[in-house]
Amino acid sequence: MGILPQAIEELLDTCLAAELTVVNERGEPVTYPLIPLYNGEKILMHSSVLFSKKLDHIKSNPAVSVSLSDPKAAPGLEPFRRATIQGEARVVEDDLHTGWEPLVLDRWAAKEPIIRDLLKQRVAMPLFWERSVIEITPRRAYLWPAGDTSQPPQVFDVQPEARR
Amino acid sequence: MKIDTALFDRIQRFDHAILTFIDDQGFPMSVATGFRADAKSKTLTLDLPGGAAARPRDGQLIAVAFSHIQPQQGIGYNERRYVEVKGTARLGDGTVQVTPTRAHGWDENELSFFELCERAVPTGLAYMQKLSAERGREVKPRLAWTWLFFRATRLPFLTATLVPVLLGIAVAAFQGVFDWGLALLTLLAAALVHLGLNVANDIFDHVTGADPTNVNPTPFSGGSRVIQYGLISLRGMIGLAALFYGLSAAIGLYLAWTRAFWPLVTIGVIGLFISVFYTAPPFRLVARGLGEVATALGFGPIMTLGAYYVQAQRFSWEAVYASIPVGILIALVLYVNEIADRQPDAQSGKHTLVVRLSRQAVVRGYALAASATYLLVVAGVAVGLLPWPTLLTLLSAPLAWQVYQGIQQGYESPYALMGPMAKNIQLHLATGLLLFAGYVVATVGSRLLG
Repeated sequence: MGILPQAIEELLDTCLAAELTVVNERGEPVTYPLIPLYNGEKILMHSSVLFSKKLDHIKSNPAVSVSLSDPKAAPGLEPFRRATIQGEARVVEDDLHTGWEPLVLDRWAAKEPIIRDLLKQRVAMPLFWERSVIEITPRRAYLWPAGDTSQPPQVFDVQPEARR
Repeated sequence: MKIDTALFDRIQRFDHAILTFIDDQGFPMSVATGFRADAKSKTLTLDLPGGAAARPRDGQLIAVAFSHIQPQQGIGYNERRYVEVKGTARLGDGTVQVTPTRAHGWDENELSFFELCERAVPTGLAYMQKLSAERGREVKPRLAWTWLFFRATRLPFLTATLVPVLLGIAVAAFQGVFDWGLALLTLLAAALVHLGLNVANDIFDHVTGADPTNVNPTPFSGGSRVIQYGLISLRGMIGLAALFYGLSAAIGLYLAWTRAFWPLVTIGVIGLFISVFYTAPPFRLVARGLGEVATALGFGPIMTLGAYYVQAQRFSWEAVYASIPVGILIALVLYVNEIADRQPDAQSGKHTLVVRLSRQAVVRGYALAASATYLLVVAGVAVGLLPWPTLLTLLSAPLAWQVYQGIQQGYESPYALMGPMAKNIQLHLATGLLLFAGYVVATVGSRLLG
């Protein structure tokens, strides 16, 4: 049991892809498809330095949203639902080389099992494995229980301190 | 991406859109919704989401993202593609319309993930440089030193040296001369020259721009990329090349001093010349379409004759002849690898044989050269220059056929060529070891028969 409604937590635990939207230097939204991970308190995403523009955007403006929208990316989740979580992100990158592994590797490999084999061959793509973790503290969550976004969402204000 | 019919065709392949905008609290809001894409009017019409919080304001800048993956059980997912467009929202009756003014995206079926990563290397290095400046200490990509050595030296390619040196030793042994210690020293010196060559090749391909402009490297082409990835500095690579060449020169001089000074020094100097000026100015043999000939000589007669001379202390036409098939096959390794590199090579002025020839000529050239390899062995046996067990080499011919078919089919894609490139290296190794095995069988046979 974490800080988000159970229906959204199930979605976060199941979805193989989500859309992270950040704010760029012009104040515009920019969206990146990423794997969502969840530790009961924070949403965790991660990025290679190769694709680091999103990290720059987050450092300039930590406001982000995560959209869980694609039924295909949530195999086996019944009934399908959709959700969006708004929150504040910070970039964790004290050690780009291995610092991300204890934070996300187990959860990442649970969704993308081949990743452990690829990591063993990091010599093949060294820069891909220099990675930062995006740690998102949820502030507000929107849930469309049947996935129908033409209906108004259920809205949840997330107050981690109160719910812990 | 251009705002054109192709973009709208691309968008229509997605199941849903994700409407995004900045809400009144300054947070991005993103919500999935249905859409219609009209290529004629270049307009996207989105279903208006329910609830005020999920709706942009009329006239507000919005972005619309489209994303797709295909889950693969037990692996993860594939078929990744996404598109994002931006424009101004026009709210209508239950709809949000937008005429995109900007678009970007990626489809892994059009641009492989490996190439996407390769194109992003400057972004990754710039990010790490920025972190270095912020932290006041260098932040750079790392690899365990064993992997770094493996990568920087392109260690697996040492088979190219192993084969001709073993062959030279085997020919000498067949003629009744063999010394284990000398054999090991010869192998070590040749391996060090080869490692020096690999590192030097990276240095000059970096300086001339051939490797930095290559965004389609494979494990067999495009260099080790340790300089481009910031794993080792140019100065570090120069030091490494000097170390390898220095050690090989020391062993080579010892062998020359103790065995046959001027012949071995001559062979060594020719080998060193080919090794350095293969990519280095002013000769840049590879850029003049002479790479294959230089490689065939260096990894064929020069190494085989050198190894033979250390053992036998005399010249041998048999050693030279036996090395020619091996020389042709190692030149073909280079030749096939150059197919994958031909665009960046041409851009950087590296006019290899493959760059100079048409596709048809390149493929035919491979067939001719591979066939010549086997004809030379058969002819050598027929005239008594090679012992008959060396006909074992014919066993590798099916591999050559597979490589020929592979380059015909995969000519236009560096990644489709990875299979044929790997097989081509196996072809050189298998044929060389079969030739070596033929000599071992012949040597043992002649001893048994007295």
